[in-house]
Order: sequence, then C-alpha cells, then structure tokens
Amino acid sequence: MLKQGLFTVLENKKIADNIFKMTLGGDVSAITVPGGFVNIKLDGFFLRRPISVCSVFSDGFTIIYKAVGGGTEAMTKSEVGQVLDVLTGLGNGFDTSKSGVSPLLIGGGVGVPPMYFLAERLISEGKKPIAVLGFNTKSEAFYIDEFKKLGVETFVTTADGSLGLKGFVTDALKNIEKTYTYFYTCGPKPMLKAVYDSTYTSGQFSFEERMGCGFGACMGCTCKTKYGNKRICKDGPVLIKEEIIW
Amino acid sequence: MVDASVSLCGLTLDNPVIPASGVFGFGYEFSELYDINILGSFSFKGTTREPRFGNPAPRIAECTGGMINSVGLQNPGIEAVINDELPKLKKCFKKPVIANISGFSIEDYVYCCEKIDREDQVGIIEVNISCPNVHNGGMSFGTSAKAAAEVISAIKKVVTKPVFAKLTPNVTDITEIARACESAGADGISLINTLLGMRIDLKTKKPVIHNKMGGFSGPAVFPVALRMVYQVYEAVKVPIMGMGGVMTSNDVLEMMLAGASAVQVGAANLIDPFACKKIIEGLPAAMEKYGIKSLKELIGGAH
Repeated sequence: MLKQGLFTVLENKKIADNIFKMTLGGDVSAITVPGGFVNIKLDGFFLRRPISVCSVFSDGFTIIYKAVGGGTEAMTKSEVGQVLDVLTGLGNGFDTSKSGVSPLLIGGGVGVPPMYFLAERLISEGKKPIAVLGFNTKSEAFYIDEFKKLGVETFVTTADGSLGLKGFVTDALKNIEKTYTYFYTCGPKPMLKAVYDSTYTSGQFSFEERMGCGFGACMGCTCKTKYGNKRICKDGPVLIKEEIIW
Repeated sequence: MVDASVSLCGLTLDNPVIPASGVFGFGYEFSELYDINILGSFSFKGTTREPRFGNPAPRIAECTGGMINSVGLQNPGIEAVINDELPKLKKCFKKPVIANISGFSIEDYVYCCEKIDREDQVGIIEVNISCPNVHNGGMSFGTSAKAAAEVISAIKKVVTKPVFAKLTPNVTDITEIARACESAGADGISLINTLLGMRIDLKTKKPVIHNKMGGFSGPAVFPVALRMVYQVYEAVKVPIMGMGGVMTSNDVLEMMLAGASAVQVGAANLIDPFACKKIIEGLPAAMEKYGIKSLKELIGGAH
C-alpha cells in the first residue's frame, strides 16, 4: 500500500559514470517487496521520478539512479539534509516464493539495483541466488563488490569487454545455464527480450515505461499481456514470463 | 462555521470538489488511500461502447507546469463498467457518481447513455465530446456547434438524468459550443478538457508521445480554463463544472468566482494521490481567510 512521506537526503554521491547513489531517511514501512519503486517529487518538475529501491533499512532506503534527463540531473544536485516528498510502496514487486533454491538474478545497468534488494531478500529466506550483472563498460559498472559481499556468486559482463566477460548478460547465461531453478531480471527492454529467449525456466521480468502517476490512476503506462491489459506501475512493473507479449 | 456545500441540477454536494474523469479510475482503488466519501462526487473513467486499449506507449510527456497524455480512452467498455466496476465502487462510495461517456458516433453515445442512465449509482451523465486523443470521434463533436447540439439532443431523448456536455478548449469560440449544447437541452456544461499539445525529444529528434500529440493539462492551463469558465458563465444559464489545472483550495474558490458551481480536479491527483483530500480539508480555512461564509453565494461572484 502506497504511502506519502517526507524523506531526508542522507547521502547522494556518484558511484560510476552518470550513476548516483542516494540514501533517504524516513518512514519505510510501505517498502516491503523487492522490485517495488518509489516516486520522488523534485522542485521545478511536474511529474515525479519513479526509481526502483536498491535496499532498505530500519529508517531509510537506498536508490541508485542514472542521470539521463532534466529530472534525474536535477536529482544529482540534491544536497544532504534536503527534504523530498516521496511516494513509497509502489509496484507489485518480485514474488520470491517461486524462486526455488538457486534463482538467477539478471540485471542490466540501472536494472541492477532492484536485483540487489532481491538478493538480500532471497538470502534471508535461505536461498542461494546467482547474479549476472551487465554493463556497457567498466566505468559505468557498480555494486559488483556489494553482491559478492552478500555471498552471491556474481558474473559480470560488459559490452566492450573492459570488465568481466565481453558481451551481454545472455553470453554469461551460456556458462551457467544448468545451475538455476528460476530467474528474475530487470534492465533495458532489448536485454529483457534476449533473456526471455535464452532462459529455460520460468521467471519474472521488471519493465520500465514512461509513467504519469506511478500508482495506477492515469493509465499512461498500460501494456498488453496474455492475461489482459496491465498498468506497468501498479499491476507491474514485474510481469511473469508466461504473460509477456513482446 | 462555513458552508462548503453546493447544488448541481438538484443534487446537493457536500463540497464542490470532484476528481475529473481519467485520473481516478472507477474510484475503488483510491478508497484504499482515504475515505472517498469525503468527495463532492467524482467523474469516472471515460467509458465507450466497446472496450478500448487506447493508444500505444509512450502516452505521457512532461512539460513545465503540467503534462501531456494520449491515453486514448482506455476503458473496459460499458458492459464491464456496469457489471464489474460500478458494483466494486458501490462498496466504498455511497454518493451519486458522475458517469463520463465518450463515443465515435451519435449511436454510440446514445447507446451508452441510455444504459448508464438506468444505474442507480449515477447522478449525472457527463458527455465527453472533447477527447483530443481519438480520431473520428470525441473532439470532432465538440469542435462544431451543430455536431455538439446533435449529440446532446439525441442523448437527452433517451435519458432521465442531468446531462453535462464536456467541452474542448481547442475551438475558436467556446461560448458558441456551450450555447449550442444548452439549446440542445444540456443541463450543464463541464469545461475544459485538455489543450492539444506536444513535446519533441532532443535525443531522438522525434515527438515524445507515440501519437505525436496529446492533451496538455496541469497548473499551466489554469488561467486558460478560468477564462473560459468565466466566458461560458456569461453565455449560458445552466450550471458549470469548472476544471483545468486546479491544484489548491484557492484555485477552487477562483473557479467558483469565475462561474463554476462545482470544480473538477484532474492532473493534481496524478502527482499527489491525496490531492482532493487536501483541497477539501483546506477549503474551510481558505473560505475563512477570504471572508466567504457559503460557497453557493460565491458562484459567478467575479462578474
């Protein structure tokens, strides 16, 4: 259930090229599911900015975002101590009950952060996730050590080969395809489609779309699925493999 | 004690605040956030004869002071609205609702209005002749006085409940359309729908919205909406539901001074799901601040 709250910026720093990590302090009681997102109001911008949650602690949470446009560029200038109006608890999130013992987590670029939250949750449930993290290049890579610190076996790919395996996440899948029980993925749409075509188990996909409200009111982000029309913001962003229409 | 109640075609509303069509679905999802019975009423998602997916994505673009949408009347169709949506709404909303109806032909409008008129939950039928996001329908009726009058007149023959015509601002003279609707029997006028607008993505150098253009709404359009409400108030005798960029309790007061008997809130709900609750709760203080004892007495006060 969504909540509106005021959050204090505790940290907002660059962790890779165009990639920033922000920690916000406040009431996190609505942030319950990995794969969910928050929607942040920024001065001077009418619509909020929807960003996936990377991790949550007792009185705050962390997001990792890419400066891609006016809004997220303005966000990079938010200073420690600034107070932001944030809607929390948005999106359906990943269902960890389907994971089996060793699910595969496949994240690409800013699709990596929700995979971190998911990895934490799966581990707390006694499961052994395996991560495949894909980036364009070494200077844009982040959070690899954090995944390893959780004890997650982590494979890295970069499109230019500057770090880890040269290629895409699907190239890494070829090496480990016998070991996973299920998969979860988040990243750019072409990556999601490639994952769809390269995986043999069922899985869950987190999608991105231009949103108006982020909580199901405007119908701005509706997509067609085999199970009917779904709003990416409220009925998603996570869809299961069997329902997706590309 | 201030009196925020207003009356609209025989219905008494506890207050004039009404979520506009397209920002509040069929209401029940918002009842999880707050008791929606505090609303004056609300206008449900624009409904057509057949189910509609709407336009391809992207359907949303941001602008300074607002947003553009080209949702394109996504809705489950009149049968599903009556059989599924209204029963769900009945469990959490005890007041008469405003039924927003759209169509692509006079027959469509008549078919849907006749059906929805029989529903006890419906207090007012709001006929959308102003959607900028669908072709061969919607706005094409609202940009011609003759076509607008024909639709309203045909609907009035088959319904018993009050009919409001929802008008587009994308016309040369909105008072001409308003007068035509009134002459055709409209019991009230809703205005304004969104202004046709667009954005271009500098990276792709193409329109942001898949349909190229869409409806512009948000606080940036408030002065335009206010001006049109003011003009239409002088042109017709029937009551007006004013809307367009309303964000605050003060905006509600301004709209009523311009001539609105009730005020719809649209885009504000999309950036703050509690917008209408806050506006309603802020009304008594705003009224006291400006020495207003009764909202009914405020209507058209600026003329």
